[in-house]
Amino acid sequence: MILEVDDIHSYYGLSHVLFGISLSIAEGEVVALLGRNGAGKTTTLRGIMGLTPPSQGSITFQGDEIQGKPPHAIARMGVALVPEDRRIFPDLTVRENLAVAERKPRVMAGGWSVARVYDLFSGLEKLDGRKGGHLSGGEQQMLAIARALMGNPRLLLLDEPAEGLAPLVVRRLAEQVRMLKEEGMTILVTEQNLKFALELSDRAYVIEKGQVRFEGTAEELAKNEEVRGAYLAL
Amino acid sequence: MTSVVELELVVNGLVMGSIIALGAMGLTLLYGNLKFAHIAHGDFMTIAAYLVLFIISVPLSNIGLKAIGLGPFTFGYPLLVALPFAVLIAAFAAVLLDLGVYRRLRNRGSGTVVMAMASLGVAIALRGLVQIIWGGDIQQYPRMSKLFFKLPMDVRIPPDALFIAGIALVVTISLHLLLTKTKIGKAMRATADNVDLARVTGINTEIVILWTWVIGAGLAAVAGVLLAVFQAQLLPIMGWKFLIPLFSAVILGGIGNPYGAFWGAMIVGVSAEVATQWINPSYKPAIAFAILIVVLLLRPRGIFGVRD
Repeated sequence: MILEVDDIHSYYGLSHVLFGISLSIAEGEVVALLGRNGAGKTTTLRGIMGLTPPSQGSITFQGDEIQGKPPHAIARMGVALVPEDRRIFPDLTVRENLAVAERKPRVMAGGWSVARVYDLFSGLEKLDGRKGGHLSGGEQQMLAIARALMGNPRLLLLDEPAEGLAPLVVRRLAEQVRMLKEEGMTILVTEQNLKFALELSDRAYVIEKGQVRFEGTAEELAKNEEVRGAYLAL
Repeated sequence: MTSVVELELVVNGLVMGSIIALGAMGLTLLYGNLKFAHIAHGDFMTIAAYLVLFIISVPLSNIGLKAIGLGPFTFGYPLLVALPFAVLIAAFAAVLLDLGVYRRLRNRGSGTVVMAMASLGVAIALRGLVQIIWGGDIQQYPRMSKLFFKLPMDVRIPPDALFIAGIALVVTISLHLLLTKTKIGKAMRATADNVDLARVTGINTEIVILWTWVIGAGLAAVAGVLLAVFQAQLLPIMGWKFLIPLFSAVILGGIGNPYGAFWGAMIVGVSAEVATQWINPSYKPAIAFAILIVVLLLRPRGIFGVRD
């Protein structure tokens, strides 16, 4: 398992949001974390990244305990997060957004560079000198994923990547995520959009009120009307 | 008086503006990365000005470096030797203050008001320190009177003003290059944009904050020494009184935007000087204050602020 989250509890101030979430992801898997608004999807990702450290429980990444480490250290170990909103640096140009994220690859071959990222996201190159804040929603999402790749992650956390994007843009995004999957990237993606998530993922977790309510393969979830009706928005 | 606005006042205003700019650019960078108003900024200017006085009059003087009147300027090269030391000491002091005071408050999750009040405490302490060591009387750098330069169109300026504008220009261009070309500069801008995203991107924002202090305090130090040269005097209150023009420039340019702060400083500097054509010069600080109020009422995000 590349990532193991074991029984984490998280709080925002006094309010208890996660009640013992456990999940695990194998290398190369794409796993969906599904649930309604406020179910705890974002908090789980923020917990893994160290932005909202859980008060109990353990999180191991490639066998190392990362719970309690600062976010920049977790990022440098190979975890990348594309947040739900405010996902790029608006005052920095496209190239600068990528440059601040550039890290030396952990393995000799296969490191991401600006050129390689521009290859995958062909629309970005011609926006090179444009400020991040002046991009469209779809362009910003492309830049956000490109920025995350520049850190040469082993695990990519995508928080509602399709949120607020036009259907056509979502299609292209799905293509790009699929390409990353084919390259062997491990991905944990949160979604409310069931179709988008099931199309891409191998397995899914459904959470509600900070607890895991369902765990299974994408096909099992697709067939399980009861779980879909009870815990997911239609 | 031949023209509507006396050109000499405009030129003087630009020189004053370049001093304000050095202070305001540091202040706005600190606000951008730490999200609080650094009220001790003016007193960092004061302490640097006095440090230069100390370095000139004790160690340099003791080893026989006492020259004054370098070329057309009133001061001698000992001031140029002392300046980098004052900048380094101010930067070092700012880092120590962050580690000893501000970082502790940050880690405790203190709000922006608590941080600003802590910096007010630091401001008062620094001013007290200056008063204890150097006393409250007016002091001067060792100087030699020099003739004013005569520029075209009847403009007369003190030669020191050219030195001040030159230093300010070089420092401003260096800051621009630092922010746009270096890794740490880009990391500073990224942190100011979105601190959580910066951390997620692998940037150690605590290191970025220390660099911001080094740069902010260093700029304040240069501004303080140039102010002491321009006004030909040092007073323990000089930096504190400079806070209103500094904050006016910062807010005019849009908080957190160093380029805005530069132009804001020029506007504040020139307006205050030109206004003396019609009002008593002792009301000069009121001009900066009036600009501050008007901008806060009409364009609270500053004249260059476009994004939300």
